[in-house]
Amino acid sequence: MTGLGRIGRLVLIGAPFLWLLVFFLLPLLIVVKISLAESTIGIPPYTPLLANGNNSLEWRGTLANYALIAGDRIYLRAYLGSLGNAALATALCLLIGYPVAYAIARSRSVRRQLLVFLVIMPFWTSFLIRVYAWIAILEPQGLLNQLLFALGLVSAPLQLLNNQFSVQLGLVYSYLPFMVLPLYGSLSALDKSLVEAAADLGARPSQAFLTVILPLTLPGIAGGSLLVLIPATGEFVIPDLLGGPSTLMIGKVLWDEFFNNRDWPVAAAVAVVLVAALAIPLLAAQRFLEREQAA
Amino acid sequence: MASRAPGWLGPGILMLGFGFLYAPIVLLVLYSFNASRLVTVWGGLSPRWYGALFRNEAFGSAALTSLEVAAAAASLSLVLGTFAGFSMVRFTRFPGRLVFGFSLLAPLVVPEVILGLSLLLLFVTCQSWLGFPSRGMLTIILAHATFGACFVSVLVRAQLAGFDRALEEAALDLGARPWTVLIRITLPGISPALLAGWLLAFTLSLDDLVIASFVTGPSATTLPMAVFSSVRLGVSPEVNALATLFLTVVSLLVGLAGWLMARQERRRQMT
Repeated sequence: MTGLGRIGRLVLIGAPFLWLLVFFLLPLLIVVKISLAESTIGIPPYTPLLANGNNSLEWRGTLANYALIAGDRIYLRAYLGSLGNAALATALCLLIGYPVAYAIARSRSVRRQLLVFLVIMPFWTSFLIRVYAWIAILEPQGLLNQLLFALGLVSAPLQLLNNQFSVQLGLVYSYLPFMVLPLYGSLSALDKSLVEAAADLGARPSQAFLTVILPLTLPGIAGGSLLVLIPATGEFVIPDLLGGPSTLMIGKVLWDEFFNNRDWPVAAAVAVVLVAALAIPLLAAQRFLEREQAA
Repeated sequence: MASRAPGWLGPGILMLGFGFLYAPIVLLVLYSFNASRLVTVWGGLSPRWYGALFRNEAFGSAALTSLEVAAAAASLSLVLGTFAGFSMVRFTRFPGRLVFGFSLLAPLVVPEVILGLSLLLLFVTCQSWLGFPSRGMLTIILAHATFGACFVSVLVRAQLAGFDRALEEAALDLGARPWTVLIRITLPGISPALLAGWLLAFTLSLDDLVIASFVTGPSATTLPMAVFSSVRLGVSPEVNALATLFLTVVSLLVGLAGWLMARQERRRQMT
């Protein structure tokens, strides 16, 4: 709208812009800065990068934290483990989410609105509580083991909690709605006459799916995958509550480095490497969201 | 979509998918009424854990803190997010628009540990240079307002994109000043997004564990932090009761908001 005046425009753009500069972009730069510092005992628990030398300011930055991360296998394993877990969760979400989104898109309108509401509802309820709910189900004496035992499928309780399986299950469960919504978005925008044309021209359903439906819903697939992959890679709550001692995920490593070891510079370096590792998916996700907004 | 899939396939998939999404929540609610102390053994119906929950002072004071933080953060988010959403839709050219757009969307996907750590380091740096803010409720509010504003701006942008600008032009033609049009026409027109945005920012703040844990100080414990430390010690029936209450309140609020929006939509279609 024109006519709001220069000052009006300045306030409308400037207030949120300044806010994000101070509370989102500047903090990322500070993380980089502190990742170059050394850990020390004190408040704050890191050394300044510039210190008074004999006559002038002296540069005291160090790459030691990055050397530590590169040298210790545990960090590499945690990064790779997180990316692997997140990638598998993304694939499973896609495998489960696609048929669900497809079935929702094919439902009649009133029921479809209700189903979309049911997919969105978990966004509004507590993430922590939904992860926590699985503990009672997966415990050795938990509900799932009781069920399996009652059905005569197992004679001794299965170890379902605190391992790789429970972490994967938690990731898929928590992030499934993030996959279903973009998929539903692209499936409901699909021009049905194209699919009918393919059928009329003699394509089998599987052919029509692979050559028409799948390519046309690629934007939804890419968008959903990014919305699952990126946050799942840095996930903390799920590996902490459902994971065991063998679960190595970088979000938890960062948390422990910060809260348990109180080594802020190493935690900052872990964060910088994580952002760098996610830079390409992050930019792709931003472009996807930008296009969704424009549409 | 034409296909020769059997008729039971669609409903079957939906039942499996939504069963997976909702079964844990249903079980949680069910077991919050369990008389037994053991969370996985059914001992009959009882409201005893709700009584225990209300006598739990740690949860009580943490809940109050969380509600205050969430209300303040959601209100700040609403103002910032509305400004941001409006700017992105209506001002197509201004310096730094690309950076602005990026910082509005990136917080939606950046892992929480990164947001939490980076904000904490900002607050610590600020404190050593300027002497404020001290870590506690204020820093949690500032942190939550930041990502809340991003979510609000997404909803505002979506609603503004579908907003009929003829209404604004008509008002301008009739001699209304631009600010009057903004306040009397545009804002009421996007009120469903404003309501949904405030509620979303409120529930996101109420639910956040990771960012709050990083930026808080010894003075402020939020509800998710209290729940988390209790859950780490094992499953507790009181947490089941708390979760059920939380789900009930959120469902009612979201249902109410949905009903209000549907009513407004119907009214607009009638006029």
